[in-house]
Amino acid sequence: MNDQAAAARPVDWELTHGRDRALDDEIVSLVCPGERVLDLGCGRGDLLLRLRMEKGIDERGIERDGCAVAEAIARGLAVVEGELGEWVEDMPAGSYDLVVLNQVLPLMADPVAVIEGALRVGRRVAVSYPNFAHWRIRLTLALGGRLPVNPALPYQWYDTPNIRLVTVADFRRLCCERGWRVTRESFVSQRGADRAAPVRTFPNLRASLALAVLEK
Amino acid sequence: MERADRQPESLAPYYPPDSVGLVAPRSLTLGRERPLRLESGAVLSPVTVAFETYGELNAARDNAILICHALSGSAHAAGYHGTGAHEKPGWWELMIGPGKAIDTTRWFVISSNFLGSCYGTTGPTSIDPATGRPWGIRFPIFTIRDMVELQRLLLDELGIGRLLAVIGGSMGGMQALQWGISYPERVAGVIPVATAAGMSAQGIAFNEVGRRAIIGDPLWRGGDYAEGEPPAHGLSLARMIGHITYLSEEAMHRKFGRRRLAEGAGASFGREFEVEDYLRAQGDKFVRRFDANTYLYLTRAMDSFDLVADHGSLQNAFATCSASFLVVSFRSDWLFPPVQSQAIVQALKRSGHDVAYANLECDQGHDAFLLPGNRLGDLLSGFLTRLHQRGRS
Repeated sequence: MNDQAAAARPVDWELTHGRDRALDDEIVSLVCPGERVLDLGCGRGDLLLRLRMEKGIDERGIERDGCAVAEAIARGLAVVEGELGEWVEDMPAGSYDLVVLNQVLPLMADPVAVIEGALRVGRRVAVSYPNFAHWRIRLTLALGGRLPVNPALPYQWYDTPNIRLVTVADFRRLCCERGWRVTRESFVSQRGADRAAPVRTFPNLRASLALAVLEK
Repeated sequence: MERADRQPESLAPYYPPDSVGLVAPRSLTLGRERPLRLESGAVLSPVTVAFETYGELNAARDNAILICHALSGSAHAAGYHGTGAHEKPGWWELMIGPGKAIDTTRWFVISSNFLGSCYGTTGPTSIDPATGRPWGIRFPIFTIRDMVELQRLLLDELGIGRLLAVIGGSMGGMQALQWGISYPERVAGVIPVATAAGMSAQGIAFNEVGRRAIIGDPLWRGGDYAEGEPPAHGLSLARMIGHITYLSEEAMHRKFGRRRLAEGAGASFGREFEVEDYLRAQGDKFVRRFDANTYLYLTRAMDSFDLVADHGSLQNAFATCSASFLVVSFRSDWLFPPVQSQAIVQALKRSGHDVAYANLECDQGHDAFLLPGNRLGDLLSGFLTRLHQRGRS
């Protein structure tokens, strides 16, 4: 077996571009002009760039993919290559008005610690995630007997970077257990890769993506 | 274009359109009334500093960038000194010029030869006014901080109050860091590339072998070598060792592999492999352009740089900084390994500073900041634009 076969395949982040931008309007609406925003797992900095242009924020992004970091800095953003958990660990408390964890929870080894860290360094934390209890996923599993490959979770079982799955009900329950105050929730249902419609009722069944704003 | 302004084409030398073209080396001597007081307590006066500038200072005077060169560099960072066909451009021609990463149509770039170097600034090869002979190893010991002090005096003379950025790689990065610490009110952005807040034991070790090679050369004569008779063998060895540390295992493999020269050396132990030939050529070339005592002083200045020792901790060192930082390292750099840049970034983060950091993927080793084929230019360009926008908002 050669080295390439042994190493993990590189992740094609292009596949999640539509999903990762689907809740940007919601996140942008949370931000007041001139605020300090930390985007943990900011990728190439699409959201930060938009926040800088529209809200004049003081931005900071953390990203572990080196190519994405270089791209973000070249676009004029203050982005640092590093591990998200390590980064918030020893940062002064209350450094940011908003910390964003946009579609990164499924990648985290210890998502609870990352959210706790984010709540320590930020006044508010915006967390978004794909909802594994979406009706389409339920059907795929129940009737098709297959794992879902869709715009929210666009990978096969053998090449997915996601190591955790979560549902709206599970996330709400975690917030309760940890004592995180949920001050706002938004849900959308994706229609294809680049379109999404808001969901107002039965989110655990009808939303493919969820956003929660947490405060301590 | 007006006809009258046009130079006859036959007289206009050809330079690439993205080069600053012909530049004049400049120098400035600070008289007795402006002495340079060194960290050691010694006073240098008068002091001459060689420098070059590219681009124009704007009306708001907020577009000045200082470039700090590395160990064997000079003030000649961009453009050409002559019109000859074999004329070599400045050492960072790759980065500095119209439309380039450090865009001379937007920024006013100042590049000075640091204190103690042998390219026009006062150093061991200069004449000691007290004796009328070159200083040699009677030149006072100096530090990175002293280099920054001389650069500060130069900027005062040029009437530049505040810099948009200080950029430097390797030993130049040490100067950039020191700028942010020594003069927080005078610099908006600090860009240390492939550098460290203190030389590592391994770095000091390599420098020491280089110094021993020079000092062990019988022609060194206690530092009093004759002008036409330098310790060439020792200096060349020092450069060969240096060059190994500037590359990486991958880069060496890619450039030379195990390729052999046509003639086998056999038991004469002459040159046998291409990599040997390359190192010897680098050594020989260096001897023709550099001074042995200067090499001793500069490596010593580099080795003694230690922000932790100066301030108790890195976090303390940056406590008074107000600049934005862009820190860049290269994955294959084993002379200034990325972990040293990461320590700087971590300290900046802990003290709440504005910082960006990239660890660039390339196999070029420490020398990567001087070479094409990595994204350093894009990073510099993006960050400089950001600095300028922030300064104006």
